[in-house]
Amino acid sequence: MNRRPAGERVGWLAVLALTGLLLIVGSPAAAPPAHGEAGTITVGSKADREGHLLGEIFAQTLEAAGFRVERQLGLGQTIVTYQALVEGEIDVYPEYTGTLAHAILGVEHSDIDTLDRLVRRQGLRVLPPLGFNNTYALTMRRAKAQRLGIRRIGDLAAHPELIIGVSHEFRKRQDGWPGLRSRYALPQSPLGLEHGIAYQAIREGSIDVTDAYSTDGDIERFDFMLLQDDQGYFPRYLAVPLVAADLPSPAVAALRRLAGLLDERQMRALNAEVSSTERSFSAVAAEFLAEHGIVFGESATQSHRWSRLGTNLIEHLQLTGIALGLACLVGLPLSLAVYRSPRLARIVLYVAGLLQTIPSIALLALMIPLFGIGVLPAVIALFLYSLLPIVRAAITALLTVDPLLVNVASGIGLTKAEQLRHVILPLAMPNLLTGIRTAAIINIGTATLAAFIGAGGLGEPIVTGLALNDYQLVLYGAIPAALLAIATELLFELGERALIPAHLRESRKL
Amino acid sequence: MNATPVPSAVQFHQLHKRFAEQPLFQGLDLALPPQRITAVVGASGCGKSTLLQLINGLLRPDAGEVRVFGQPLDYGDLPRLRRRIGYAVQRIGLFPHLTVRDNIAILAEREGWPRPRLRARIEQLLRMMDLAPALLGRYPHEISGGQAQRVGLCRAMMLEPPLLLLDEAFSAVDPITRAEVHARFQALQHAEPRTVVLVTHDVAEAMRLADHLVVMAPGQILQTGTPQSIRTRPADERVARLLETGA
Repeated sequence: MNRRPAGERVGWLAVLALTGLLLIVGSPAAAPPAHGEAGTITVGSKADREGHLLGEIFAQTLEAAGFRVERQLGLGQTIVTYQALVEGEIDVYPEYTGTLAHAILGVEHSDIDTLDRLVRRQGLRVLPPLGFNNTYALTMRRAKAQRLGIRRIGDLAAHPELIIGVSHEFRKRQDGWPGLRSRYALPQSPLGLEHGIAYQAIREGSIDVTDAYSTDGDIERFDFMLLQDDQGYFPRYLAVPLVAADLPSPAVAALRRLAGLLDERQMRALNAEVSSTERSFSAVAAEFLAEHGIVFGESATQSHRWSRLGTNLIEHLQLTGIALGLACLVGLPLSLAVYRSPRLARIVLYVAGLLQTIPSIALLALMIPLFGIGVLPAVIALFLYSLLPIVRAAITALLTVDPLLVNVASGIGLTKAEQLRHVILPLAMPNLLTGIRTAAIINIGTATLAAFIGAGGLGEPIVTGLALNDYQLVLYGAIPAALLAIATELLFELGERALIPAHLRESRKL
Repeated sequence: MNATPVPSAVQFHQLHKRFAEQPLFQGLDLALPPQRITAVVGASGCGKSTLLQLINGLLRPDAGEVRVFGQPLDYGDLPRLRRRIGYAVQRIGLFPHLTVRDNIAILAEREGWPRPRLRARIEQLLRMMDLAPALLGRYPHEISGGQAQRVGLCRAMMLEPPLLLLDEAFSAVDPITRAEVHARFQALQHAEPRTVVLVTHDVAEAMRLADHLVVMAPGQILQTGTPQSIRTRPADERVARLLETGA
């Protein structure tokens, strides 16, 4: 009867294999994204539908002009995207004159030439407007508006019972809610919510009024009504390509060809096209550009959702795998270094805990000025998030190892390294694995947010889907992410079986 | 009584050791004979275990010297020293994540023993300790207390160390089991004579197993000698009382 199901040699081989797997899965993404290559232009956009569409139009226009284009569409809100342009992570993105003046530069509304002069100090340029004015507007269900006799924004003042829900950005911006409220003396105080779910909320009746863009295709599709800005509060928001000043002049020339091509009606129609049909941004953009003789034929860059799914999944595994691997490589030695000193251990846990309290979106945003956008800042943020569960579990695990056994290990003549490898770590392994498992699961969830800073992964369909009110697309990211979390649980279960004798397994205590 | 013709296996010279600013040993001198079982007895807290841990370097003297087989301890390479000194403690200290076989073999594997030699030595130890080979695949929680103590002795003796330190290694089992373990231990000592230092609170055990006895009071040696000589001529009242209450 030779029972050695968990002989330690087998166990350590398994650890090596697991680490190797993480590294293999992780390694391709460790290479920095190829920015700034000669002839490559990176097109960015904010996370909304129109941003995506205009970004795609810019991208195909540049491709038609012979450039290699990398797309970083759907980066996030204004500041994230603008920062990315200033830092040189992207070379161009669609912006609006009103947003540029008020939210970014902090000046009164100005004409294109003035804005162009102002952003040159940041190494940027404003190219001529595309044509349409996508100003802010308030919108509500047509039926309800007619019942209450509301046509203008000013009419809302007489209906304090109406629930207003606006995007977080609108709620804070000087040219958004604060100014609007004082101009029209509105009594309501609005809820802040993601723009992507505001229309759904209106249709379900949980809010009555939200902010919208005047070119929003959904306004007609859902039979909403735009409230008249009778006092002319909202400034003009002309869409312009905002570009890096060092953009090659043929690229600038290509983008200038788009000037004046899009009026409000046309933009609304294009927006409605992507939201009400299954057609992709690239298909809609290609059709538009072909109609205007800028691109001939459909673009070759169309991608199918299912084939994107594989890429997203691999990107997601890379993000979480590298971050987790790094957190183990840093967290375990750190824990070993400090666990004997209660003071040091407390300091380390405190710092790691502090990192954990930063909201993930904020942590990701904080990474941009330091590491730009893309995979690197996302991995660093995820790494920081993984540290606490790993370090906490490791310190607890090490402290719960019976000191008598450590004393015996030393007394019978094992070296420090041998004590660690053959006695301390194996005894700490059950708690340790639990910590690593927790970190892995947290990582898989948090990594879906990494799409906000252009790191890809399963968050990409989620973020895009939210921006587009496309819940099917959200599920394309959410379901694989959930399955991945379950698969990870099972993988750790197997790892535990390989590494830990049955009577010492944590899962037996559950 | 200390005047043995052969050099001492273990020697303490003018040894000072303090604990939490309290002096325990102040100029201790003690020599232990080679190839013999020396039992150290005394009330708990008298420094018996400290004495053992000074021999294998788990503790370092504040002043003075410890010599093992004539050599001063090399604190720079303790693992090397300790592999020549078997060590077994009261709660046995078998590693719960390792099988009986891996517990016994842990040091020999680190030493890189070839498999046949390893297997042969384990079989030899099992025979001497009357342990069934079937136990090898079990984990420590799956064997009895008496078996665990014998496995602990096997581990301590795996590398055939010339010196064996036993810290209450026969305690914590019932008297019948203990008698069995004693018998196996004596058989082993007969087959492979070595220097043994046995720390015990059990005077009867000391009397039964030891060739040489060291009677301690806190921080000092009261008397050394054969069990017989100490029993017939105790040095003072304290020794006599300890022998009485322990016996």
